[in-house]
Amino acid sequence: MSTPQEAVVAPKAGTGFWKDNLRDYGMLISLVAIVIFFQIATGGILLRPLNVTNIVLQNAYIVIMALGMLMIIVTGHIDLSVGSVAGFIGGLAGLLMVRWGINLPLAILTCLVVGGIIGGIQGYFVAYFKIPSFIVTLAGMLVFRGFMIAILGSQAIGPFPPIFQKLSSGYLVELISSDGGIYVTSFIIGLIVAGLMVWQNFRSRARRVLHDVESEPMGFFVAKNVLVFGAIAFVAYLISSHRGLPNVMIIMAVLIVAYGFFTNRTILGRQIYAVGGNARAAELSGIKTTRLVFWTFVNMGVLAALAGLVVAARLNSATPKAGTGFELDVIAACFIGGASAYGGVGKVTGAVIGAFLMGVMNNGMSILGIGIDYQQVIKGLVLLGAVCVDVYNQRR
Amino acid sequence: MLDPVLSAAEKPPILEMRGISKSFGAVKALSDVSFTVREGEIHALVGENGAGKSTLMKVLSGVYPHGSYEGSILFGGEERQFRDINDSEKLGIIIIHQELALIPLMSIAENIFLANAPSKFGVIDRDTRYVRTKELLAKVGLTEAPETLITNLGVGKQQLVEIAKALSKDVRLLILDEPTASLNETDSAALLELLKEFRRRGITSIMISHKLNEITEVADRITVLRDGRTVGTLDCHEGAVDEDEIVRRMVDRDLESRYPARTPKIGDVIFEVENWSVNHPLHANRKIVKNVSMKVRAGEVVGISGLMGAGRTEFAMSVFGHTYGRDITGTVKIHGKEADTSNVHRAIKAGLAYVTEDRKQLGLILAEDIRKNISLAHLGGVASNGVIDDIREMKVAQEFRTRMRIRSHNVYQETGKLSGGNQQKVVLSKWLFTGPDILILDEPTRGIDVGAKYEIYSIINELADAGKAVVVISSEMPELIGTCDRIMVMHEGEFVGEVAGEEATQENIMRAIMRRKGR
Repeated sequence: MSTPQEAVVAPKAGTGFWKDNLRDYGMLISLVAIVIFFQIATGGILLRPLNVTNIVLQNAYIVIMALGMLMIIVTGHIDLSVGSVAGFIGGLAGLLMVRWGINLPLAILTCLVVGGIIGGIQGYFVAYFKIPSFIVTLAGMLVFRGFMIAILGSQAIGPFPPIFQKLSSGYLVELISSDGGIYVTSFIIGLIVAGLMVWQNFRSRARRVLHDVESEPMGFFVAKNVLVFGAIAFVAYLISSHRGLPNVMIIMAVLIVAYGFFTNRTILGRQIYAVGGNARAAELSGIKTTRLVFWTFVNMGVLAALAGLVVAARLNSATPKAGTGFELDVIAACFIGGASAYGGVGKVTGAVIGAFLMGVMNNGMSILGIGIDYQQVIKGLVLLGAVCVDVYNQRR
Repeated sequence: MLDPVLSAAEKPPILEMRGISKSFGAVKALSDVSFTVREGEIHALVGENGAGKSTLMKVLSGVYPHGSYEGSILFGGEERQFRDINDSEKLGIIIIHQELALIPLMSIAENIFLANAPSKFGVIDRDTRYVRTKELLAKVGLTEAPETLITNLGVGKQQLVEIAKALSKDVRLLILDEPTASLNETDSAALLELLKEFRRRGITSIMISHKLNEITEVADRITVLRDGRTVGTLDCHEGAVDEDEIVRRMVDRDLESRYPARTPKIGDVIFEVENWSVNHPLHANRKIVKNVSMKVRAGEVVGISGLMGAGRTEFAMSVFGHTYGRDITGTVKIHGKEADTSNVHRAIKAGLAYVTEDRKQLGLILAEDIRKNISLAHLGGVASNGVIDDIREMKVAQEFRTRMRIRSHNVYQETGKLSGGNQQKVVLSKWLFTGPDILILDEPTRGIDVGAKYEIYSIINELADAGKAVVVISSEMPELIGTCDRIMVMHEGEFVGEVAGEEATQENIMRAIMRRKGR
């Protein structure tokens, strides 16, 4: 395989590597910079265990929906209805669990299925009727906001059964008693996760080296893994010094890993990127583009429903206001995370980082006492700036 | 006929480009290029892709402004320093690009006067525009109404509208970049006639083209570029210039011939289409393909010739996964058994591959790298249990990169940044990786240079030698004659003739078409 031509090019690999991955690391560096900035500006409040737990709890639903939104944006579409759908499902949950007293697993399942059906209906119009997703989901946004108010009759339903509340306000059951100190089980799980990630990185690098594939420089690789391990261990430490792992964080983490794997490694994931990159070419390569677009909307509906449940459990009531404006945060998270508005480009990790970047800014600015007015202004400018930097980097 | 041309040859140069050098980073695109065009001549500019033709024209038109290159430009005897394309347009230097820049849903008149509509007090004067459009259309030989939408015109007529648009700007030097690349023989001939007509009226033209037969037909002089340098200028009036001479200068290596030799080893019929009919996707009653049948044997290369709009691409795409048309009827047999090709997935499974005529729009995901494009149609081949093995995928890509001689840094290079020939090789690799028995290649060498064409022909030969059935659709008759064992002629959705490869000449193919047309 090593023709003389390749041998000449090989030394360039190092710089090429940096250029190719600048986008990913740029995002991460921005997040770290913002964390450090607010940590200093808030006089250390930002990274207090209680506050870190709060940031996670406050942003879980954004992250969950961003996973589905990312895939929709990658196929070249958009879903404006997710906030309304999440709110509607919250209302439905209130109706089922509180008013009608249906048992919990059945109620949750119903909510997720209804979410999927809603996504399916919208996806059907988009994929099979070829109606622009912007219009279909704008309609959906109005329709489901309306249905929600109709269900709730403009008043809140609550409180939810205590077990349901645990979805958002519960913590991992500790196996070893902690006596008010550090929550050992949670911390150990954190360390195991960090260890697994590093181990996985080493394994895939070893495989690449074995097969003589271009891979990142060793020094950089080690430094990266030390940082990854350190960062996860540090967050795990902070979380375990408060009340341990929140349930919702576990759900979120599992979903991130699953969607990361799906988009990155599976045939279907690859095909989704192909549809966004060039739908006609994908179709002529035997990819069932319409069906894929349809299913990304179904998936979005289910995730929006899950997010709706998380929000309802957290507020401990189904209110007509719930979910308002969520779609904007979710979409912003994806774009800040490097997804392209033209489709075909975007990563799960990017969307997650984008969501937390917004979350940390919200939290930090609130601690600093910046009013909701200027918070919006700053968030808007950050979104514009992030996309501008991205476009600029692309053009070079 | 030759007299006005000879007198043009004695005229002073309208354009002199002296010692032009232009670099992009470390890459030298042009080095010390000199290029002189005489008033009133048709000057052809030829060279392989990447030889620097387009860069030279961008320097000339001000796309690359003065100061971003070395050397000087003299136009009409004065030194010019263009800051942008407006500066050069003001002097009457007009470029018509390969990709047409017309707005499909606007009318001819609106397009021609897009930037400089005749107006009174800032309000567009429609009547004047109408009259002037009519005049301009008459000059290029179009009889369409000025309010016709561009989208309702064929590519050939669109090209003429572009030229009319250029004429509206008082053109002194018309530059055409591959004007006939997407035109059929009749439209090409009409366009070349038009260029000759312009020459009679004293308009100077520069024509960039890969079609050497057209160049030798119309050009007064030919400048050859290679690797960013001028190789030389041939004068067509000092004895006939033959095509091989041009090719030799372009590629600097002896191509034994432009078509690699092959001894056909033809086996059994493995691909049959019977009574195939297709209707237009929008106009349900319009038959595009009319009860067509064809057979192809293993190891055989069969060409489909015909004019633009004959239904060749439509026939191929409707067979390949019903990707064109509606109400499709007929049967496809592969290895003697009826095959289901009703969607792309099934067509691929049945052993069919279709290499599109439009590699950028329909063939490639331009933003993705070579590796991901090659595996796209057969991801199952690099995955187990639905999970892609990136190492296996990379190895497959590297294998094809070596085998097809795709020139790139590595398999991680974006396909959008490759030259046309290399892009075509990536598309071919994608389809070869699906392991097809039958390949339909639609305009496989459109817009790629002579060297890459030769490589594509060699690949076609290899495929046939490996026992595959190959169907080549092409508008370039010499290409079909050079590569095919048998050529079928399509006209208005029907096969109207069949010529064996060794007997095929451009004349008897055209005769088959014309005989039908006369009826």
